[in-house]
Formats: sequence, structure tokens, C-alpha cells
Amino acid sequence: MRDVAILGVGMTPFGRLDENDLLDLLSSASLRAMEDAGIGDTLIDAVYVANMGGGILNHQTGIASALVDNLALLPAAADLVENGPASGASAVKNGVLAVASGYYDFVLVVGGEKMRDVTGWRATDFVATLTHPYAEYIYGVSLPGMAGMFAKLYMDKYDIKPEHLAMVAMKNQENGILNPYAHIQMKISMEGMIETPDSIVNNSYVAKPLRLFDCCPVSDGAAAVILCPADRVKDFGKPLIKVAGFGQATDTHTLAERDDPTDLKAVTMACNQAYKRAGITAKDIQVAELHDAFTILEIAESEHAGLFAKGEAKKALEAGETKIKGSLPINPSGGLKARGHPVGATGVAQIVDLTWQLRGEAGPRQVENHDVGLTVNFGGFGNNVVAFVLRRES
Amino acid sequence: MDMELEQILRPPELPMNPYPPKVITLATGNKMVVRPIDRSEVPVLLKAIKPTIKIERDFYDVVGARLYAELLGWMKHRVRNEYCLVGQIDGVLVGAVNGRMLSKKIGISLHTLAIERGLRIGAHLFASKMEHHIEHLNQHEVWITAESPLGFRRWMIEYSLIKQEGVQHELGGAESFKLTRELYYKNKPRLVCGSRPCPPELLEHAKKEIIIADEKTITEQICGAKGAWKI
Repeated sequence: MRDVAILGVGMTPFGRLDENDLLDLLSSASLRAMEDAGIGDTLIDAVYVANMGGGILNHQTGIASALVDNLALLPAAADLVENGPASGASAVKNGVLAVASGYYDFVLVVGGEKMRDVTGWRATDFVATLTHPYAEYIYGVSLPGMAGMFAKLYMDKYDIKPEHLAMVAMKNQENGILNPYAHIQMKISMEGMIETPDSIVNNSYVAKPLRLFDCCPVSDGAAAVILCPADRVKDFGKPLIKVAGFGQATDTHTLAERDDPTDLKAVTMACNQAYKRAGITAKDIQVAELHDAFTILEIAESEHAGLFAKGEAKKALEAGETKIKGSLPINPSGGLKARGHPVGATGVAQIVDLTWQLRGEAGPRQVENHDVGLTVNFGGFGNNVVAFVLRRES
Repeated sequence: MDMELEQILRPPELPMNPYPPKVITLATGNKMVVRPIDRSEVPVLLKAIKPTIKIERDFYDVVGARLYAELLGWMKHRVRNEYCLVGQIDGVLVGAVNGRMLSKKIGISLHTLAIERGLRIGAHLFASKMEHHIEHLNQHEVWITAESPLGFRRWMIEYSLIKQEGVQHELGGAESFKLTRELYYKNKPRLVCGSRPCPPELLEHAKKEIIIADEKTITEQICGAKGAWKI
């Protein structure tokens, strides 16, 4: 197997992009990544598109074929990868395998979603279709509902307070202000979110104990990466950002079937696989982009990825260790909470942001001491998790 | 002005209790003063509303155009029993709501316009408007309709409003709903916020001047400045 590197990255701003359709979003991100890589349109051998809702939300299927034609990349191979909210990282994984195998040299992976074409409740229902149809969905379970139940159990077990969740929200929204691509660019305060009686409206409960500012926004957007063999990067004069390792693991479809619903086994297994392939341990991670679709998930994932011991992430939050200037910055991009969560795009966007960090191109949100980073893309409710370790090499 | 003719054109008004100003702490920690304005303050409000007439997103054009007309009509004494409440942060206008008394017992909710978005300003101001009708104007019910999906979701669903078959809201078009006193007090603990008295320094600052942003800023605040090909 060949070593694989990230040659180019690009993304659209995330947010509510009324004037653009899904193909626009995917095309824009792809062209940005191609431009960043300095690669022409004749070198791309294959295109992997990550998208979850084109058929349901936008009445458009066959989006990978449409994109290849739109970008004049014919006759590149084209595939759609759908793996719920982990579609993005799954598509990158498939691209990595394709290059590593030696079958393709230059692969474009692009993830995108156009979710704001529909109302918020339809978008919530769309995402809920990934739950078990007979054991969960039929009873009205949504992802916020599931996250609320998980949060209650996790908070009780590890003595996590609402203030800790609010700290995650505040940190990530502060980071989002520094990220021009972020959907949410607004500083929030503990007083306005929790302390004032007015918070009952400002930050109303969505699924107790989770409140409005504990949830990521519903976003439009796309992100793209160009993958190639590591030994070809020098031909393009780009920094060598290697895919040092990846891991993927699944868990039971229903949350109720798990021995301990607070144990995100798939996160632990996926991260451990990625660490092993990269030849590192969790202690070597210097920056992480985690899947904070809900604030509780940043806390739980950081513990299940081994970045902190169970129950210790709250102390790191209190000490500011996970801030951009902290000892282990988490979600310097703003994460899903502020950057936004166009589901098909998220896993790719995490890799784009981490690549910018490792290249030292993250502008005001740049972290220090940054050679090795982790991404965790959390599909379903932890039933399909994909983790990547990226490393900058000279 | 022909005063004789003006007397005919100018409608007589019902007595209206004043809305006592209050302050609401927003998610940002900023303090929003909610207060009534008088006719002399309408011109500056119209300047802020005018740019929204061109914004198609979320039916701001419809709401902006109608609010503009209603406030102009009120300023020139051509609408009966109207009032307007504004939300200001550090003097800056962030939203406005208006309504009127159809009769002593029945209130009419007219429009709700949030200029700053993402902070539930529209929700706070709409709740203030309901508070005014029920608690200060002592009305029995408020008639409400919606012109946008956002409005429908916010008012009709959040307040569990009662659909009024065969009753035409004076804004026309869509279905008419009503908020009764009973429904208001049932929903009040979770929807109506703010504290009184409004600190004098905040109120004085708000009254001193209604500061409005320029057209570009207002448009960006409402629509965002992004697109797939920007940055």
C-alpha cells in the first residue's frame, strides 16, 4: 500500500446559501481544492461525492455523475458515498484506499449538503431517517432527542453541569468568529445562555437537558480534498500532509441495545485503529476536530478518543485547555456547533480545517505546536464512526 | 392643512394604557431595552425599515412594506389605536413590533420585524406585544395571522394559538388565529421575559436616539453575506 497525502483542500462558506443549489456547492468546493492543489482537470482519476440528502431534500440523485460532468472531469470514475453524518469521512476513506492501492493517483473527494431548502422540522426529520425505523423512528425519536437522552445519562454519570455544555458552545462560537467559513459568527455569554431568567427564551430547551445553543445549526455547504500518493506532493510544491492513519468502527443501530448507552465504543475503536496505523497514541494528538453536533458530544468524544480520561474533559474545559491557545485545542474551526453541519460535508470539512492547521494556514484560529491532528466524524448516533490522523511531514 | 377636513380624516382613538419599558438580557449578554415609541420617532424607524422592503428572504419584503405603511399611517393619524414597540441594544434598533386595538376587548397583532437575527429578538418582541395587549391594554384576546413560515412556526405553534374559523384578520389572506387571556397566562412563564423597571440609564440612552445601521449592514444582518462562490 502506498502512503497517501492531501494535496489540495477547499470549501465553501457554510450557512444558509439560498442562491446556490447542491451542484453549485459541490462544484465550488471542488474547484477551490483543485486550485489549491495546483492540479488541472485532466489529472483527476476518480471522484467520490459524500451526500446524504440529495434525493430527499433536493430531489436530485446521481449527483456524483452530474458533478464530474459539470466540472469537465470526464471520464473520471464517479461514486456517491452515503453513510449518514459520517458520509464525508467515509468518502475520504474510500479515496484514500483507492490511492493507497495504486489503482488511482489523483482523487477528488467532495462532501456537500443543501439542507436549508426545507424547513427546520423537515431537516430534523430527514436526519432522523437514519435511526432504526421500527424501534426508534416510529416512536418519534430525532437526533436531538437521542442526544438529549444521552446527555442526561452522561451528565449524571460524570457529574457534568449545564455550564460545561455552555463552555463548549462559547468556546466553539468564539472560534467560529475567527473562521470566515463558519455558519455562526456570534459570541455568546454564560449570563445570556444560562444565568438570566431570560434564557428560557434565549436558549430554550430543545431536548432536555440540551438547549438551543447546545445544538449545531442546519447548514448548507461543501468541502473538498484532493488526494494523491505522498511521493507526488513535491511535484506540486505543497506541504506534505500525510494521511497517517484512519479507523472506522460500527456499533448497534439502536442505542437501547448497547450494554452501556454512555459508552461510545465505535469512537474508541475507530480512534485506536487510526492511532495504531499512524504509530502513535492519543497522547501524541496536538489538535482535534471532533463531531460536536451537540455540545455533549465534544466532551464525550474527547474522552472516548482517549484525549482525556473519562470524566476529565470538563476539567480541561474549565482550565481552557481545549481553547485555541490551550494545550490541546479542540474544534479551532468552531466545530459543527459554529462552522455548521451540512451533513455530507462535515467529515470532509474536518479534514480541510485540520489540513489548514497542519500547514499553518489557519489564520487567526491557528494553533501552535501542530504536527499531528485527529478528526472524528460521528455517524448515526455513534453507530458508524470514522477517525483520521493527519501528520505534517517534511 | 384644512383642519375641518383633517378632523374628518383623522380617526378618534380609544384610550390606551402605556407600555412600561423593560430590559431583556440576550444570549450575547447584551441588554435589549423594549419600549414604546411615539409618533415623533417614526421617521427614523422608517429609514431602518425601508431597506427590508427589497429583501425577499423569509418574506422580509412583505413584512417590511406593510410595517412601513402601517407606521406611516399611524404617524399621519390615518390608522386608529396603533402602537409600536422597539428593541434597542445600546441605542441601536434591533427590531420592532406593532399592533392596534380593534375594539376595547380585541387586539390586532400587526407585524414583527427583527433586524438582528439569531438572538430570538423576534420572539422576545412578539411576546412583549402580547404582554401589552393582555396585561396593559387589558384586552380579552389578540387576533394574529402569519405571512411567513417563520412567523407561523413561531406564533401559531409556540403559543398553541386557536384557529378562528370564518374570522378575517385585517391583514387579509391567511388563516386567523387568536390568543386568549387564558392561553397567554398559560404560556407566559416560558415565553415572556424581561425585567422592570428598566434601569434609567439604559432607558435614557435608548430614548435619546434610535441609532440605525446603514442599508448594507441591515441587509447583511438579515440575509448574511455569504454564497458558495464568495470568500
